Amino acid sequence: MTNWDRFLDSFFNARVAAEYLPKIIEGFWLTILLAACIILAGVAAGLALAVLRSLGIRVLNWAIIFVVDLFRALPPLVIIALLYFGLPAAGLSLSGFAAAWLALSLVLMAFTEEIFWAGITAVPKGQWEAARSTGLGFLDTFTLVVLPQAVRMVIPPLTNRTIAITKGTALASVVAVQEILGAAQAGVSFSFNPTPLTLGAVAYLVLFLPVVILGRWVETRFAWKR
Amino acid sequence: MSAAIVEARGVHKHFGGLHVLKGVDLAVRERELVFVIGPSGSGKSTLLRCLNRLEEPSDGSITVDGIDMLDRRTDINKARQRIGMVFQSFNLYPHMTALGNVALALRRVQGLPRAEAEARARQALERVHLADRAGHYPGQLSGGQQQRVAIARAIALEPRVMLFDEPTSALDPELVGGVLQAMRELRESGMTMVVVSHEMGFARAAADRVVFMDGGRIVEEGPPEAIFGNPQQERTRAFIGQIERH
Amino acid sequence: MSFDEFLQAFFSLEILQQAWPILWAGLLNTLLLSVVVVPLGFLGGLILALLGTVHSRWVRWPLIAWVDLFRSLPPLVLLVFVYAGLPFAGLEVTALTAVAIGFFLNTGAYYGEILRAGIESVPRGQVEAARCTGLTAAQAMAHVVLPQAVRNVLPDLISNTLEVVKLTSIASVVALPELLFQARQAQSVTYNATPIMAAAVIYFILLWPVVRLLSRLENRQMAGRR
Ligand SMILES: Nc1ncnc2c1ncn2[C@@H]1O[C@H](COP(=O)(O)OP(=O)(O)OP(=O)(O)O)[C@@H](O)[C@H]1O
Ligand SMILES: [Mg+2]
Repeated sequence: MTNWDRFLDSFFNARVAAEYLPKIIEGFWLTILLAACIILAGVAAGLALAVLRSLGIRVLNWAIIFVVDLFRALPPLVIIALLYFGLPAAGLSLSGFAAAWLALSLVLMAFTEEIFWAGITAVPKGQWEAARSTGLGFLDTFTLVVLPQAVRMVIPPLTNRTIAITKGTALASVVAVQEILGAAQAGVSFSFNPTPLTLGAVAYLVLFLPVVILGRWVETRFAWKR
Repeated sequence: MSAAIVEARGVHKHFGGLHVLKGVDLAVRERELVFVIGPSGSGKSTLLRCLNRLEEPSDGSITVDGIDMLDRRTDINKARQRIGMVFQSFNLYPHMTALGNVALALRRVQGLPRAEAEARARQALERVHLADRAGHYPGQLSGGQQQRVAIARAIALEPRVMLFDEPTSALDPELVGGVLQAMRELRESGMTMVVVSHEMGFARAAADRVVFMDGGRIVEEGPPEAIFGNPQQERTRAFIGQIERH
Repeated sequence: MSFDEFLQAFFSLEILQQAWPILWAGLLNTLLLSVVVVPLGFLGGLILALLGTVHSRWVRWPLIAWVDLFRSLPPLVLLVFVYAGLPFAGLEVTALTAVAIGFFLNTGAYYGEILRAGIESVPRGQVEAARCTGLTAAQAMAHVVLPQAVRNVLPDLISNTLEVVKLTSIASVVALPELLFQARQAQSVTYNATPIMAAAVIYFILLWPVVRLLSRLENRQMAGRR
């Protein structure tokens, strides 16, 4: 057997691939589910915080800024570990899925708030003044005039950040979630063959390559006029 | 002589330690066009913005169309419909068409149904000769057209008085004419107007009264011929001389 | 659960004292790891960005494919693939080598995209002016274009570096004794969440100033992008 054959036999072993493909596909759907839950919760919570912050209540804003800074500074895996391995000490047990979901949602929330806030403050003051001078109230001005402009501005950075954080779903394998990476690693240790890892990598490419390319497109489509 | 529709008395404004308005009295009669001139930083914009309470005066009283603008109980959003404002930088909403810009307050503040709001918005655009640009976004319009849409946005609410803060200063020279034309027509329709501008030709032709401000005070006021032809105060003379030399 | 029990479970001074030497060693390794992988990733990015200035589709398309490939694979997947996969190809790699390879590929792709955007933001006239004074293409790149490029994308570079430092925590998965790994060890020995909490606090103290700085820079950046 030549080296090349041995390489193929290790990484592209048809028998092993056939055996573990179903597990990887299950993991694929689990990854998508986890990612969807994270995006929903994270973006919604982040937007809500940004709106709250625009009310300009000082104490509330300090609290928001602290929470946002906290989840931008902590590595996601540390948050997952704290929730999964730490919380039981407080008598609260989370499943691996719940811990990963909560941790990554909090991280996405923090980045989303930061991005939206930057977008809201980047809308010129004159927009507020023009709207208010026609008699529009704070809420109408915010939702009908300012927010739509902010949203347009934040789409590229938000898309990229969401993609980056969604890839963090792989971290859930550390807390025994059988998403793609978890399933692949289990496959490797049962079969003593790295083919399941190859399958896993392919699964991630199938999932994220289109998303990354979409992110590229969004960046040019919504390019800022300088 | 008709009664004053805008009446500001003893208006002061501080920005932190900066005393920007130092007791300004200004009364504008119905159908009058008052022109406000003065050096940069003299407080012209601040005065205008106090009139519709975009800035909160530190002291004094302001009534517009019989409404006490500084009373806490006044519904400021309702009051502001009666005071149209046009800004130097247009401030059109870039994500809405010309029609959308004009119709927004009609729908949300006056509560008109969509069709009616749009019909009224179209009429307002016609008055500034831009009916054919209703579906354009601000980015697709020239500066002069944008400013006329901004005027339409204000007049659509049928205000009792219009405030203009340097409406032509951000425009290329060849676009100024269209905006001044729209303002002239507005005046002929009997609108009460307060205009801050450097367009002295327009002031001579259209203003009933010119007010010269300096250092947060009204230094001198009178009919255009008097202010431009025979100013009484030294500071006014210096300022007029400076402009005429340009 | 009483408040005292809560303190005992998450903020026990006694446990902290016991675990401190372990955590300290972990912190040093995290810093060391960062000092290795940040320059490595930056170097990878620089190579990609410089290749990106070559105007040939035989360079351009493979380059885009390479960058998108490594932006699509979650870093943890890449790391596990290298660490658990390469031995099957007859290549034994240490945890540190695996981390270095993984980060070179992954963070290199991100640094590469940022630097490419930076280089593109420098007006063509700059190169032309430099070449007119007799500088070679390489000199113009090194002395005229790159300094401006780096300055133009400094917030993005800092932001990415912050993410890289946070990302070093995934080295715990391949048993590299960095801060999170050490904290997990201490936690499993003491049956107490204090070590993980301590690790989180250390990360926060370390990275909070960077987050603050970034939040300022980003607000300004968005304002310039209207
Ligand atoms: N929001 C603010 N905060 C602090 N200072 C302000 C503010 N707005 C205006 N000022 C100051 O108040 C003074 C008067 O400003 P204002 O804009 O009213 O002058 P102006 O007469 O309109 O000048 P210009 O002809 O340049 O428009 C200036 O010194 C200005 O710097
Ligand atoms: Mg002004």
